[in-house]
Formats: sequence, C-alpha cells, structure tokens
Amino acid sequence: MGYPHPSHPKETVVLSKYFGDPEARSYAGWVKRGGYEALRKAVGMSREALIEEVKASGLRGRGGAGFPTGLKWSFMPKEVVKPHYLVCNADESEPGTFKDREIMRWTPHQLIEGCAIAAYAIGATRCYIYIRGEFTEPWQVMRAAVGEALANGALGDNVFGSGTRIEMVLHRGAGAYICGEETAMMNSIEGKRGNPRIKPPFPAVAGVFGMPTTINNVETLAAVPHIITRGAEWYKSLCLGNPKSTGTKLVSVCGHVQRPGNYEVTMGTPMRDILYDMCGGPPPGRTFKAVIPGGSSVPIMTREEAEEALFDYEGVVAKGSMLGSAGMIVMDDSTDMVYQIWRLARFYAHESCAQCTQCREGTAWTTKILERILAGNGKQADFQLLLDLSENMTGKTICVLSDSCAAPVVSGIQKFRSEFEAYIARAREPALAAV
Amino acid sequence: MSAAHGAGADTHSEAGYEPVFVGGTRKELEQLFTQYPTKQACLLPALWMVQEARGWIAEPAIHEVADVLELTPAYVKGVVTFYTMYHTHPVGRHFIQVCTTSPCNICGAEAVVEALLRETGCGELGATSPDGRFTVIEVECLGACGFATPILVDDDFIESVTPEKVPGILQRYA
Repeated sequence: MGYPHPSHPKETVVLSKYFGDPEARSYAGWVKRGGYEALRKAVGMSREALIEEVKASGLRGRGGAGFPTGLKWSFMPKEVVKPHYLVCNADESEPGTFKDREIMRWTPHQLIEGCAIAAYAIGATRCYIYIRGEFTEPWQVMRAAVGEALANGALGDNVFGSGTRIEMVLHRGAGAYICGEETAMMNSIEGKRGNPRIKPPFPAVAGVFGMPTTINNVETLAAVPHIITRGAEWYKSLCLGNPKSTGTKLVSVCGHVQRPGNYEVTMGTPMRDILYDMCGGPPPGRTFKAVIPGGSSVPIMTREEAEEALFDYEGVVAKGSMLGSAGMIVMDDSTDMVYQIWRLARFYAHESCAQCTQCREGTAWTTKILERILAGNGKQADFQLLLDLSENMTGKTICVLSDSCAAPVVSGIQKFRSEFEAYIARAREPALAAV
Repeated sequence: MSAAHGAGADTHSEAGYEPVFVGGTRKELEQLFTQYPTKQACLLPALWMVQEARGWIAEPAIHEVADVLELTPAYVKGVVTFYTMYHTHPVGRHFIQVCTTSPCNICGAEAVVEALLRETGCGELGATSPDGRFTVIEVECLGACGFATPILVDDDFIESVTPEKVPGILQRYA
C-alpha cells in the first residue's frame, strides 16, 4: 500500500499489506496473519528444493543490482564444511529510498521469516542483519521481534522442532553510506573501516570472516516467505512487461508529488500510473521536469522518458536509466537541475571511502567544478572537463560509488544542458557564493 | 578477563578516567563475544556502548576499547573516525541531525536547518548552543525521503519537520 496513504487500486499489495497496522508487529499478530507458515514449510523441504523454488520465481535482488536471488544462493558450497553466513542488508541509505525502513518498522517478522528461510537454504546457522545507525525505530522494533521469534521457537537451536539451528544477530551501522556495498558491509561487521573489497573472491567463496556468505537486501528477503507459501508460479505470474522481471516492487516516491510514499506495484506497471494516479501528479500549477527512478545513483530521466517507461528492470533501461532500488526522486519545473546535481555530487564526495583515486579525487573535483558553475564562474570548457572526469570515474574503481556520482552528472549535462549554459553565460543569478 | 583489564588500566591511566566496561556493561560486552567469531567484530557495538555511556568517544576510551578487544588504539581510532555517527568531541545534551540531501533539499530542508540553528541558538552547523543544550549538524540521507524533512534528535526520529514545527519540537528537550 502507498504508506502512509491508503492502498491504491492500481497497486498489487503483497509485502506492504500490513504497513501501518501495529498489531502485525507482534509475533502473535504476525502468526494470525498467516506468518511463519512459510518457515514451517521450508524447514521440512530440502535446501536444493528451496533454492530451485526461488530460482523458478524469477525473484531478483531488490537492493539495486537486480541479480537473480536463487542463482546467488546456488553459488554457496553444497556441503557445509565451514560456517556459512547470511547477511541481510538493512543499511538503506540510497537517497530517495525508504522502503526497507517500512518493512522493518511494520512487519519485522516478515523479514525475520525471510532471513530464516534464506539462512536454511544456504546452509547458514547465523544471520547478521546490518541496520544503519540512524534507523533507531526499526532497530528497536527488530530487536523486540527477534526476541519474540526466539521465545516462540521460530529461531534458535531447534527451529519449530526441525532440528535446524538459526541464530539472528542485529548489527548496528554507524553512519557510512558505503557500508551498503556488500563487501564494505562485511568489513564493517568484522569491526573494520567500511572499505569495499576487490572481487573476486566473491562472497559465496570468501565473505564475512572469510567464510561463504550470501548478502541479500531486506525487500528481497521479505518476498521469500510469500514465494514459499504461494509458489513460484504465482510469483512469476506477477508480471506486466518483461518475463525477466517478476513479482512486485516497492517504489519509494519522494520529492514533488502530491502523495509521496511507498507504493507496491507489479513489475512492468507504467511509470505514468505511479506518478500521476498513485502519487497524484505534481503539486498544483506545476509540471514534472525530471525523475531519478532508482535512487540517486542512476541516470536522470526527463519527464517524457519517465512517462513512457514501464517500471521493471528492462523497461527503465530501455528509457535510458536503471530500476536500481526503485527510490524515485521526482522534480518539478521549479527545480534547479544544476543545483540538485551539485547536491548529489556533494553527497558522493562526502560518502567516498577514499580508497580509489578516481573516486576520492573525482567526486571532490566534480563537486568543486559544479560549485564554480553555480557561483557564476563556470566556463564552456567545464562541460568537457566534467565529462572527462566522469569517464575516468566509471568502471575503474573497486566499487560503483564513483560510477554513481558520474551518472547524474553525465545524464544531467546531456538532458539539461541549457540550465548549465545559463549559469555559464551569467544569464542566471549565481546560486552559490564564489569560494 | 580481569588480568587483561588490569593491564589495560595502565595504558589508559589518565587521571580520573573511569572505565566503561565494568559491571553490567562488561557482561553485555561478553555476551557480544558469543555472537561473533572474533573480538574485533565487537568493535562497532563496543563503540556504541561507550558513546551511550559517555556521550562521546574520548582518547582514553579508545585505549580502553583497544584493550578489551585486543586491538591497538591506532586501529580503533581509524575505525572511529571512519564512521560519522561516533563523536570524537563532546556535543550538546541533545544532538540534532537534519537531512539535507537532494530529496529533502527540494522539499525545503534548508529552511528547516535555518530554523534549527536560530531556535537552538547554535548559530552554525556543528556548534553547540551556549547553554550546552543542543548541537545541530547536517547529515546525508536519513532514509525517510517521503517524509521530508526528517530529523533525528538523539534517538528520536521525527518526520515531516517544517520550520514552523521546530520551536514545538525543541520544547520537548530540556
């Protein structure tokens, strides 16, 4: 449902059904709503059968990369000769994205159940849930829920009498966007600075504490119980566009819309329906100018591109961007695009872990050049300079943080060049004081 | 444990430093040791415990954490300074974090920052008000973009803050 708004008829409500329902937070309340049936069923199945079911469902990673979940699970060693770990990525920090927060706040047991099933499927007896430090309320809710699940036998040494052992540990982050990157997260759990690691080795071979590890996003894991209960065929049938994108997706919509919130849609839903019907369109008297559809790390779309796109992994790519985390930042015609692109570049400069030169220097210089343009001191040569920098920041670093900084800069120059030109020609009042 | 702790006491023997990891806090830390295969992995939670107890992470506390986790102080300091939520200097009684990343920026976060700086008396970002009551900082995305502008006052996450709401919110914090 479009929390905090009532459900819209064009939504397909699966994961978000109980958002805003405080009773669903408790173990008893969750069981009353059909909770933990999937885990009971799962621990009676073989690990292989579970992985096959998730593979068949077409579920793909909801954190941003869209990697097939069942396939990721199948990379874990078949025999458990050393400890296997599951890590749940609840470090939701991508600007524009606020869906995992609602899953944890309202339906903590949905996530715990998904984690428990995934842990069993990959042969892990311990799951670390990495929750960003700023999420104080989700932390409290999750802590209470893990305690209740343990007291009721859904976790612990003998899950529902099956002999399966699953332990869940909540790990609190401490303010670092980069820890949402899976290898940085593993370092952070190990008590290190959150610097991403070079891959290979991939986590399934040598992950957290050097052991085979699978890392999944909150929303991905929360979808798993529904797949186990209702079947892969049902999940696969939730598809309006491309058969490679199945199921439902939580879309966090923020910025210049009348009803910002979390909407759950079937993959392939027209973006126009999300923007105009569910979110109520732009504020009165305004029109949309731009949409960043997948969290701040993806290319900016023009209004026309957004209005024509189908909302799934392939549909958004076809219109020049990426689905990412489906955190949609909507900007109307009052928005200064140069200023907002500078603000995003500043975000990446602040969050760079500074390991790789291209990122450490590139994000900082991109920010400074944009500052110069906004202060009225830009030059024509700055376009090429920004594009050259972005080129050197794409595909050349350990992780994709610097690529993410380049995405809004390159797409911004391509699609909103006249706004940059206006500052450079001093046809527009400087937005920042000269440094 | 007690031997290791005794040895630690020498290395952080700054006058008046009271160790954090004693009594219940020590037990809590030992409970943490069972949840991770290494002591090093308890570093982030241990630093949270220090900040909870002391309000910030001072140099002698870094030494104490290093001792109890069998790490070097330099290593611990490297980790402390990587993460923005650990305070390496004292802050006001109430610590206010306000989100100003793009989604909040386009919805008026800058006006919220101005109102907070004015009403708390902090005057500028990062400064503590003269009465010691508040410190206000600007932070990157708090992950509640649909509820612009969110702020965190200590552990209280407050959504949809506008400049008009600021005085009423601040009244709740003595």
